[in-house]
Amino acid sequence: MDVLYFAWVRERIGHPKDKIETDAATVRALVDELRSREARYEAAFADLDALRVAVDQELTDFDAPLDGAREVAFFPPMTGG
Amino acid sequence: MDIRVQEEDFDLGAEANAFAARQKGMGAVVTFTGIVRDLGKGDLQAMQIEHYPGMTEKAISKIADEALSRWDLGDILVIHRHGVLKAEDLIMMVATSSRHRVDAFQAAEFLMDYLKSRAPFWKKEVTPEGADWVAAKDEDEDALSRW
Repeated sequence: MDVLYFAWVRERIGHPKDKIETDAATVRALVDELRSREARYEAAFADLDALRVAVDQELTDFDAPLDGAREVAFFPPMTGG
Repeated sequence: MDIRVQEEDFDLGAEANAFAARQKGMGAVVTFTGIVRDLGKGDLQAMQIEHYPGMTEKAISKIADEALSRWDLGDILVIHRHGVLKAEDLIMMVATSSRHRVDAFQAAEFLMDYLKSRAPFWKKEVTPEGADWVAAKDEDEDALSRW
């Protein structure tokens, strides 16, 4: 699965993408796995209220299932327009 | 529907004219343009706009589809830039056409409200003090509830 990071999430983690093997059933379980990796992941995911998530390029929430998901992206609230 | 996510600048007048010329039987064309604004101190060195290639185009298309289903529209144009911009540069534009102005105006406002907080763009302002990500405003999220 590709895990992508944008904006300050990318900066905090230090790179834009991880390729990972995971059995995580939900986004939240994936976040827990990532947080346990290293301090910079813990720092990036410290406050989930400050983050948004997309699964296969569709906005969703942290309880979304990851069944068959190929791409998960984490980023702050968007500031387009 | 014409959705473009690009690094290059665009010609607002040419785009507006071309869009209007393509419309058949439409009595109204509304355009909105977003411009990089200095922070009032004259020290904005750059605005960097990051986006999520692939998702950005999909998210904008979905928002435009929603507008087409809610209002009586002829067509929609959205151009949104990314990359490094300066004060006074054009960031984006939307254009809508309709037989009547109310639909064209409302759809343009709807598109803008949703592009602000549902299209995956992130702005970073660079000043002599450093670079800061622009925080999303609660009022931008609240604006969605009126639709």
